[in-house]
Amino acid sequence: MIEIKNLTASVDGNEILKGINLTVKRGEVHAIMGPNGSGKSTLSKIIAGHPAYKVTGGEINFEINGKMQNLLDLEPSERAKEGIFLGFQYPIEVPGVSNFTFLKESFNQICEHQGLDKMDDESFLKHLRSKLKLLEMNESFLERSVNEGFSGGEKKKNEILQMAILNPRLSLLDETDSGLDIDALKIVANGVNALKSRFNATILVTHYQRLLDYIIPDYVHVLYKGQIIKSGDKSLALELEEKGYDWLINEKK
Amino acid sequence: MKIEDKLSSEYKYGFVTDIETEEFPKGLSEEIVRMISAKKNEPQWLLEYRLKAYRHWLTLTHPDWQYCKFPQINFQDIYYYSKPKSKKDVYKSLDDVDSELLETFEKLGINLTEQKRLMGVAVDAVFDSVSVGTTHKEELEKFGVIFCSIQEAVEKYPELVKKYLGTVVPYSDNYYAALNGAVFSDGSFVYIPKGVKCPLDLSTYFRINAKESGQFERTLIIADEGSYVNYLEGCTAPQRDENQLHAAIVELITLDNAEIKYSTVQNWYAGDKEGKGGIYNFVTKRGHCKGVNSKISWTQVEAGSAITWKYPSCVLIGEGSQGSFYSVALTNNYMQADTGTKMIHIGKNTKSTIISKGISAEKSQNVYRGLVKIMPSATGARNYSQCDSMLIGDQCAANTFPTIDVKNNTAIVEHEATTSKISADQIFYLQSRGFSAEKAISLIVNGFCKDVFKTLPLEFSVEAVKLIEMKLENSVG
Repeated sequence: MIEIKNLTASVDGNEILKGINLTVKRGEVHAIMGPNGSGKSTLSKIIAGHPAYKVTGGEINFEINGKMQNLLDLEPSERAKEGIFLGFQYPIEVPGVSNFTFLKESFNQICEHQGLDKMDDESFLKHLRSKLKLLEMNESFLERSVNEGFSGGEKKKNEILQMAILNPRLSLLDETDSGLDIDALKIVANGVNALKSRFNATILVTHYQRLLDYIIPDYVHVLYKGQIIKSGDKSLALELEEKGYDWLINEKK
Repeated sequence: MKIEDKLSSEYKYGFVTDIETEEFPKGLSEEIVRMISAKKNEPQWLLEYRLKAYRHWLTLTHPDWQYCKFPQINFQDIYYYSKPKSKKDVYKSLDDVDSELLETFEKLGINLTEQKRLMGVAVDAVFDSVSVGTTHKEELEKFGVIFCSIQEAVEKYPELVKKYLGTVVPYSDNYYAALNGAVFSDGSFVYIPKGVKCPLDLSTYFRINAKESGQFERTLIIADEGSYVNYLEGCTAPQRDENQLHAAIVELITLDNAEIKYSTVQNWYAGDKEGKGGIYNFVTKRGHCKGVNSKISWTQVEAGSAITWKYPSCVLIGEGSQGSFYSVALTNNYMQADTGTKMIHIGKNTKSTIISKGISAEKSQNVYRGLVKIMPSATGARNYSQCDSMLIGDQCAANTFPTIDVKNNTAIVEHEATTSKISADQIFYLQSRGFSAEKAISLIVNGFCKDVFKTLPLEFSVEAVKLIEMKLENSVG
C-alpha cells in the first residue's frame, strides 16, 4: 500500500531522516518506536505532507486506484482525500467551528472525491452516533468547537473519532497513547482495533510498549537518528521495554 | 506555500453602469449647497440647516487622531451631486426608472420589480445621490410603517423629519458630519409607529457609480414606543483607480420599549493589490436609546473600502436601555480600518455589549477603538466588551485602543481582549482532514467570527460568510 524508499528529509536545514526504507501492506499494523528526537513524528508528518519538512531525497509511493503513485506530488488535502489519515500528537483547536460541522464537511469532501454520495445532516448524525458509541463519547462533543477546551484524553479520542468517520486506508497515529490514562487507552485501542480490516493499514508511532499490549503490531521498527536500525515482530517491543534502547544503539555502533 | 498567497482581492461588483448622469459642477460652495436644496424643492428650514452646517464646516480643520493614513482630500475636486439622467426629476414609481438602473441592481442581487423582488424584505435602492425605488411600500403602509427616501420624507412628513433630523448626530459633531449636513443627498427614512412590529425587514442598498463623485447619504430611523424593526444595509461600488469619498450619517432613535436592529454588510471597492483606488468610508452612525427599556443593536461586517473609519455608537438615555455592537472587520492588501464603538451610559441600569472581531491579512492595518463611558447618573450600569484580533501572515498589524471612563462606582465594566494568528499547524491540521488551504483559512476565520455572524438575519449571515470566503479566495497569480 505504501513504499518508502531511501527517504531523507530536513527541517530548517537540519537533516532529520537519513534514508528510511519501509513497506506497509494492506491489513498490516506497524509500530515505529525509538527514543526522543529519533524522527518518528517527522516521518508521520512527512507522509501526511506537513509543509515545514523538506524532502531532500528518496521517494514515497502510495497505492491510488490500484497503482503506485508518487505521494510527494500531492497536497496534504489531496493525500487526505486519497485515504491517508494522521492522528495528531497535539490536536489543534479550531474555535467557533463545531465538531459536527467539521466532521461533516471533512467527511463529505472526502466522499465527493472518492465518488461516493454525500450525506445529509440526519443520516450523517446516525453514522456519527454509532462511532461515538464505539469510543464511549458523549453526543455533546458534537456541539463543542473542535478540540477547544478538550482535555488531553478527549482530544485523542476526538482524533480516533475522526479516523472512524473518515475511514482511511492508511492511518498514521502519532503518539496517540501519550497523555491517556489506562481506561482511555483501552477505549482508544479498542476503537483502533475495531476499525482494522484487511483493506487498511496502520502505522503507530509510539514511545512506550504499553499501547502495543492492546493493539498488537505485525511489525516493530526502531528508529534512531533518522534511520531504522532494527525491525522485528511484537517481541522486539517487549525486549525494548525490558532493556531500553541502549543495547540496540551500542549494537549498531 | 505562504498563507498570503492564498488571499485575493477579487471584487465581483466592480463594474460600471454606463448611464448618462446629471451632475452639479465639481467643488463645494454655498452656491452648490443652495443648488442641492433647490433641486430637491426643500423647505426653507432645511436649506438653513444645510447652510449652517456648511458655514460650520468651513471653520473646522481635518482631524488627525485617526490611525489611518491617506493623502489630503481635495474637497473642491469632488462632485457633490450626481444623478442618473432621466425624463423625470423624481422617480414616482418604478416605471419611471431607467432599465439600466434596474439591471444594475439586478446584477447586484437586488430586484426591485414587483414580480421578482425579495420576499420578506423591503428594499430602498440608492444610486449615487438619489433613491431609485423602494419596494413593498403599500404593504408597509397598511401597518403605518413609513419607509421612503429622505427627500420624500421631507416632502410628506416634514414634522417628523424636522423633529429628529440632526438630533442624534448634529452637524457640529465632527468634520464629516458637518460636511454631510451641508450636502447630504439621499438616504432612507423609516418611522415605525407605536406598538408595531415591522412585518418586513427593511433594507437599503447603496451603490456608488459616478466617477469622482462622493456619496453623502443620510439615514434616519425612528422606532416609536413599543415598536420593533430589523434594518439591513448593503453597499458596493465600481472598481476605479481614484479614491472616492463616502461620508454618510445614520441616526437611530428608540422611544420607550422600542428596539432597532441595524445590520451592515459593507463591501465597497477596496482598491487593488497595490492599494490603488477604493472607497474612503467615513461614516458617523449613532443611536439614541431615549425611552425606558429601549434597545439598539449594531451589527457590522466591514469587508470592503480602502479605509473604514467609523464608530457605530449608542447613547443609553432611557432607564434600563440596552446597546450592543457586534463587528467583524476584515482588511487585506493595503486596506486600513479604524473602527469600533462608543457606549455612553446615562440612564440607570443601562447595559451594553461589545463584541469586536478584527482580521488583518497581507499589508493591512486593523484598529479597534472604543469608548465605554459611565456617567454619574448611570447607577447600576453594566458593560461587557470583548475585542479579538486575528492576524494572517506577518506583514499586517492589529491595534486596540479601548477607553473606559467610569464616573459611577456602582457600574460593572468588563473588558477582554485576545490576539491570535492563524498558524501553519492549524492549516495543516485542517488540510490533513481534506480541506484545501483556502477552505481551511475560511473555516478558521468563520469560526472566529461566529459570535458576530449569529446576530445577523439568516440571509445576511449567509452573505457575510460568502463575502469573507470570497475575500480570502485563492488569487491566481
